[in-house]
This record gives sequence, structure tokens and C-alpha cells, in this order.
Amino acid sequence: MSTSTPAIAMPQERRTDAALYRRRRLVNLLGWTLFGLFFALLAFALLDIVGTVLERGWPALSLELFTQSTNGVSGGLLNAITGTFALTAGSLILAAPVGVFAGIYVSEYRSSPFARLIRYLSDVMVGVPSIVFGLFGYITMVTWLGWQFSMLAGCITLALMIIPYILRTTELALHGVAPELREAAYALGAGHATVVMKVILRSCFSRVLTGILLAMAISMGETAPLIYTVNWSNYVWDGHMTREPVGYLTYVIWSFINEPFDSAHALAYAAALLITVFVLVITMFARLSLSKLSSNQAH
Amino acid sequence: MRHAGGPFRIFVALFAAVIPLSIGALIAFLFYNAWPAIHFNGWRFLTESSWNLGNQYGDAVTVRGAEVMPGASFGILFLIVGTLASSLIALLLAVPIGLGAAVFLAEAVPARLRQPASMLVELLASVPSVVFGLWGYVVLIPFASKHVYPVLAKVLGFIPFFAPPTRDGYGLLTASIVLALMVVPLITANMREAIMTTPRALREAGLATGATRFEVMRHIVLPRLRLPLVGVSTLALGRALGETMAVLMVSGNAINILPHRIYSSISTMAAFMVSQLDSALQDPSGMAVNSITEIGLILLLISMLVNGVARLLVSRISTL
Repeated sequence: MSTSTPAIAMPQERRTDAALYRRRRLVNLLGWTLFGLFFALLAFALLDIVGTVLERGWPALSLELFTQSTNGVSGGLLNAITGTFALTAGSLILAAPVGVFAGIYVSEYRSSPFARLIRYLSDVMVGVPSIVFGLFGYITMVTWLGWQFSMLAGCITLALMIIPYILRTTELALHGVAPELREAAYALGAGHATVVMKVILRSCFSRVLTGILLAMAISMGETAPLIYTVNWSNYVWDGHMTREPVGYLTYVIWSFINEPFDSAHALAYAAALLITVFVLVITMFARLSLSKLSSNQAH
Repeated sequence: MRHAGGPFRIFVALFAAVIPLSIGALIAFLFYNAWPAIHFNGWRFLTESSWNLGNQYGDAVTVRGAEVMPGASFGILFLIVGTLASSLIALLLAVPIGLGAAVFLAEAVPARLRQPASMLVELLASVPSVVFGLWGYVVLIPFASKHVYPVLAKVLGFIPFFAPPTRDGYGLLTASIVLALMVVPLITANMREAIMTTPRALREAGLATGATRFEVMRHIVLPRLRLPLVGVSTLALGRALGETMAVLMVSGNAINILPHRIYSSISTMAAFMVSQLDSALQDPSGMAVNSITEIGLILLLISMLVNGVARLLVSRISTL
């Protein structure tokens, strides 16, 4: 061992070394505590939001909520609940085939310039604010085509919003399919369309469905585009696709919480409880099954 | 074989074409409908805070070649300021907190608990905007205006922007806090992924030099992730700029006033489009709706620009 190691040779420097070491340990501890606090803050925010909605929404739940329609600022939410489900179903019926087939295109022909452009534009479209889609629906369908505030205008507007999400999850699902499967199918003499639709899509169909579920949750929780295209109605939707405004849950939250009546607040909290539970349960289910599916695939 | 053409390729390409057609239609229809307003408002639209529908009961007059109500003018400078200020303050809060939480989730949480813990943060992204607004309205505003903002004003009051009065809680800071919570999962989820994919050998080399885990994170892992961080932050900015319902419910919906303090009422372009829809529809000249469409067009172009840049910076981002 050489005797010229400075830490051993100079006692004074040794002391500063120890101080430096203590300081570094302290910074280490403080840093991780701070990161932990940041995490705790975010987790607390989610729990507080869900807790507030449950705490205030629970007492407002009653049977008549599900059997009566809104009457002014009291009554039930039958019109809003059925409206939300009809709008969500309608938007999915329109968006799912478009999103899935477009996703197949982007995944299958991923090296072609058009597919790359589509993927890029789809990513950009995810970032377009929902209110802009609402305004677009308003000036095209509500006024120009003369459909007025209506189910169809709302469904098409929501569909445009969620197509990029479905495209993306479909693309990723197809991307994850083992190439051997494709080769085996071609080796059996299957044509391209058969390989994609009957072999590849089928093998990752549950992942594609999860993507559609996530899009469904997004569609359910939207408000702004619907204010511009569907507006609001106190009556249960009568089946007319145009010229008939429709009620939906998110509107109740926004509009009724500002009213000075307890009955209005109760309806707003009940609507918030229903929509939050629907959206979070669907999202959690979809995410858990996605991670389960990917861990299955890894084995 | 993959590039085989044929009817199947054409079939799926037709569906894919919906994407560029939608974007084209968005731009074209918004531009066409905003054109009378663009022509009438000129640059004043961006440089003045003067949103006024004019006398709705008067007779329409012709100003600069357009039929408008007497006294009508449309300047949205206050909305541009409100939108940028709330989104930027939201990012100032969301980036450090989101990054810190990502580091914690990736490094300090045991692998068994990582998925449920990450889910707690990431589910924030799924909470509907209007529910965030409700929570801001009934929980955050009463709490912050009573217990947080007065303290903030006392401690930082020497800076004019933070000085009292703290007002009723509706305003710029509350809107920014809610926006920060809404965009933070995007940052946390993507940065956690990025941190976890950092090669193990790099960390081990760092630890072998005697560095603490915090030092390894600060000097080895995080510097490599600068570009992804800029990318997801840009994406988060894009999302904050267009948020509507939550901001509408907590911002105080100021009109024609620029914020002088962090507690001032504001409005944003997106929130204003909802709050003014009813009165704009009453405008017999139609110029109010055209001007709202002009706001929508500007918002569309800004969000496409911000997102386009973000996607070029980082190609694979999970949007949650």
C-alpha cells in the first residue's frame, strides 16, 4: 500500500471527507423523501377526488334516480343515463370499425409513406382539444346540414375524437403478434386478407377490444363537444337521430352544480358518482387485462 | 409479401383515409366559417382585450364591409394570455412533481407494488374533465382560498404577482393546479417507462464509483432522458392548452381583463368557447359565432403545432 493516499495522510481532509459523506447521505435521503412526497400528493389527489364524489354522491342515490327523468332541477337522471349510454354506443359503432381497419392498415403496411403519414396525423389528432371537435360538429352537422342539436351529431363528433385512440391500440396489438404465426398461415396458402383477418386479428382480438373499452371510457366522460352538438333535454331520448336534443350525465354535473338548489346539487353529485365509477371501472379493467395479456404473451 | 397490394389493402386504406380527411375537414370548415370574422377583426383580434357583442337590440350596421351589431368588437388578447399563463404555470408544477413521482415509482417502490401504485397516478388521466371541475369547485377552491393562498400571499407577498388580495379562489392559480393534476399522469407514466428502460449496467457502474442512488439518478439516469422529458412536457402543454370543462368551472371566467396577480380571474380560449356559446347564438348578425369559430381555429392550429412538434421530438409516447 502506498502511503501517499491523501485521505490517510491529512487528518484535516479526512474530517471534511466525513462531512461531505454525511451531506451526500442527507441529500440522498431528502431527495428520495421529496420524490415520495410528490407521489403521495398525486395519489392523494386521485383518492380525494374519488372520495369526494363517493361521499357526496352516495346519499343522493335513490331508486327514482333511475326511473324518473330530470324535471327542471329535480327529479331523476333516467334521461341522462340512457342518453349517455346511447351516445357512447353510437360513437363506438361508428368509430370501432374505422379505428380497427385504419389500425390494421398502419400496422400491416407500416413502412409505406402513406401509413407513416396516417400514424403521425393520428397522433396529432389525439391532441386536438375536444371543444374544437364540438365546434366542428356544430358548424357542419348542427347548422350546415340542419340536423340541429341531435344524437347523430353527438355520436359522429365523439367518434371522430376516439378513432385515433382505437387506431393506436389496434396498431400496437397487431404489432405484438408473433411473426411465426403469420408465416405459418402463409405457408398453409392463405391469402393476405385471410391471414390478417382470420389469423392475426383473431390472435390479438382481446387486446383490440381493450383498446375499444378505453375509447369507450373517454367517450363517456366527455362534456364540451356535446354541449355544442347535443345540448340537453329533460326527456328520455325518443329514438330520433336528428332534430332532437339529448340529455347526458356530464352535462348535469357542470350545469346543476351552479344552481342554488339542494336538489340540483344532489343530482350533480349523483351524476358525478355514476360517471366516475363507470369511467374508472372500465379503465381499470381494461388496463389490468392489457397488462395481463402482455405478460401472457411474454411467456 | 407484406407489400402485396390488392383489394384488401385498398379496403383498409379507405378507412385509414378518414384520419387525414377529418383533419382536412376540421381546418377547412373552421377556416371557411371563421373567414368573415378574420376579415372583420383583423389583427385587433389578437392584440386587444375587447370582446363585446355590441347592442343586440339595435339595427345592424356595416363596419369594414361586414354587417355587425352597433359597437361590436372581438379582441381575445385576454384569452390568449389566460390560456398561456394557466398552461405554463400548470407545467411548472406538473413537470417536477411528475418527474419526481416517476423516479419514485421506478426506483423506490418494490416491484410487487409498482403496478397498483402507478395505477393510482395514471388513473388521474382517466377522470373526466368535468369531475375535475366539480372537485375544484367543491373541495380545492374553499380549501385553497382559506388555507393556502393567504399563506402564499404572506410568504411571497414581496413579489407583486403573489401579493394580496387573494380573492375568492377562482382564478389563474386554481386553474393551473387543476390543469397540472390533469396532465401530470402523462409525464409520470412516460418518464417511469423511460427510467425503467435505462440500461442496468449504467446504474451499476455509477453505484460502483461510490455514488448514492440519488446521485446515480441525478447525474447518470436523468440527463439521458432530457429529450423524452421535453417531448412529453410539450405534449402535456398541448393538452393543458385545450382543456375546457375543468378550467371553465374554476377559472372565474374573466372577460376583457388581463390577470395582474396569480389569484386573478382568467378565462381560456377553450373555456370561453363554452361559456359564450349561448350569448353568441343570440347575435342576429352571426359575427359572434364566426368570432368563436376564429378562436376555435386558432386553438386547433396551436394544438396541432404543439403536438406535431412533441411527436417529432419523441416518436413513441403513450397518451394514456
